[in-house]
Amino acid sequence: MNAPSRGTAVELDPPGPEPTTDGRFGDFGGRYVPESIIPALEELESAFRTSWHDDEFRLQYATLLSEYAGRPTPVTECHRLSDRLGVRVLLKREDLTHTGSHKINNVLGQALLTRRMGKQRVIAETGAGQHGVATATAAALFGLDCTVYMGAVDVERQALNVWRMKLLGAEVVPVTSGSATLKDAVNDAMREWVASVETTHYCLGSVMGPHPFPWLVREFQRVVGDEARKQCRAILNGKDPQYVVACIGGGSNAMGTFAGFVTQCPDSVLIGVEAGGLGLESGHHGAAVNRGVPGIVHGMRSLFLQDEHGQVVEATSISAGLDYPGIGPEHAHLAELGMARYEYATDDEAVAGFQLLAETEGIVPALEPAHAIGWLAREAGRSIPSGSTVLLTLSGRGDKDAAQLMDRLGEL
Amino acid sequence: MTVHLEAHLRAQRATGRKLLVPYVTGGLGKDWIDVVRACAANGADAVEIGIPFSDPMMDGKTIQEASQRALDLGATPESVISQAADIDVGIPLAVMTYYNLVYRMGHDRFAASLEASGISGCILPDLPLDELQRGGFDTAAAEHNVECVLLASPTTTDARLLDICRSARGFVYGVSLMGITGERTSLAGSAKIMGERMKAVTDRPALLGVGISTPEQAHEAAQYADGVIVGSALVRRLLQSGGPDEAGAFVAELRAALDA
Repeated sequence: MNAPSRGTAVELDPPGPEPTTDGRFGDFGGRYVPESIIPALEELESAFRTSWHDDEFRLQYATLLSEYAGRPTPVTECHRLSDRLGVRVLLKREDLTHTGSHKINNVLGQALLTRRMGKQRVIAETGAGQHGVATATAAALFGLDCTVYMGAVDVERQALNVWRMKLLGAEVVPVTSGSATLKDAVNDAMREWVASVETTHYCLGSVMGPHPFPWLVREFQRVVGDEARKQCRAILNGKDPQYVVACIGGGSNAMGTFAGFVTQCPDSVLIGVEAGGLGLESGHHGAAVNRGVPGIVHGMRSLFLQDEHGQVVEATSISAGLDYPGIGPEHAHLAELGMARYEYATDDEAVAGFQLLAETEGIVPALEPAHAIGWLAREAGRSIPSGSTVLLTLSGRGDKDAAQLMDRLGEL
Repeated sequence: MTVHLEAHLRAQRATGRKLLVPYVTGGLGKDWIDVVRACAANGADAVEIGIPFSDPMMDGKTIQEASQRALDLGATPESVISQAADIDVGIPLAVMTYYNLVYRMGHDRFAASLEASGISGCILPDLPLDELQRGGFDTAAAEHNVECVLLASPTTTDARLLDICRSARGFVYGVSLMGITGERTSLAGSAKIMGERMKAVTDRPALLGVGISTPEQAHEAAQYADGVIVGSALVRRLLQSGGPDEAGAFVAELRAALDA
């Protein structure tokens, strides 16, 4: 596939800060992987650093974001929702991108890198299926072979996305080990990569895993935050939103959003909303910042839900995309420094958020950002004072969740 | 009594013998200690004891299943390490596990508990050279007379291989193929290259492991290195309701093939 050379390209801000040379954000991150994939990680780091400062690469990427993914995405002011909650809500509309979630931003960048490195195949893990669909889409666009690892439980609850991936030419491998969800899909994708690393790129879907992935994925997602910052200033007469809110599984839409604000808008309070599952006290949730402890899993030092011996505990969430017991290392760093706050919304609150946005704005969110909506609905007028301005990243659309919610909500 | 890993392997190698290191999942059944003893009695030069982890990134289906079964039976790092204290078979013992379990217990406490149980080696496939040294587990281990084995892979560059061989203690674990643990129908072509590359740059015992499944494969691999590690092929027998007798018989077959 040849990237279009004429036409429009989105405006990219300059590259953001790099982690330390040993791949860390503060004490978090690193490269805890089998020896076999160390050379590939070094190659990827070098290819990304070179490409990310290369005008031609940036133009190709920016053009794809515009002409293929449909960027820039708008910021929508939610008048009826704002009236209901008593706070001024602006939504960054990643649900309007091609494939319906922010995941496309990252995979287009990684597909370009794959081609630069001369590899012909990509593998990916997926939870809700959004990253799998995005990867399968990019693979089809670039003519790459594609295999997606997906927990068997998620294959069941996200049948539509499984079908979409197959339609796009990808092979979908159901993962039955462990809890058969996102964590296990990452394990199996890593195992496959150990075997095929010389010909295959692992298109990791979030700001997690070994260095350079947390940095690379943040950079490919920062367009969300960079766009949103400028759009908010246009709407808010040059001011920044007081609160910037995004949901967090591994943390890619939140990190992409935060990246646009963290240094440039010191007055904006950054808030990540984790999966509260059945409630934090129940022990069944995905709140790795709120309830996790430092550990080393999936190639990174970060915060993980684990037992007293260090065995990783299964996460619980109504949303397959947030059903992950860890968090990207840069989030762990921001949390430790107090530069971002990490809150949670339960399954019930997410479902309420899902319905609320549909009813008030005619927008059906994915269950993942429905957690952010549900959290805001709970906190507006409480920890978020009435009259505040809030930017919330709507990371994806809810079509994929319709069947699951139909079962849960029944006759409306 | 603790037997030091590298010193013992060097001494065994000096007799002209090819080294055999079987892998046994710790806590896999009540008789796992007797399985280790049976390995020792039938010609093992050291035994690797797997401490089961919930997310074993470097392991294939067999060891994943064994790990899960051991966890379901209640195995913990503490229980496996403390039970190992009773093994005492005159050959060195090494644990193989993942770094999170070490990190969670604490470097010093983990290393001290190995020492207290007479375990003299530690293999952590997700703690490569740079992170081992950066985090300082190598120092904590050394203070407790625990030798940190390092892995080398077919994709490891020559310069890095030299660093790995210099920094490893106990032995150098050459991964014979690009992939995770598990049985294969034949020895990978990369095994020969891996073995020869290690032998060209180090005098430290250099063993090949991952994908060495049969006595024939063990014999062939041992032509290129000082010996072999056999894991999944043995653990599969244990999963199929085999016990110490079956393990001992299989290790004896491997021994005979290496001595042939």
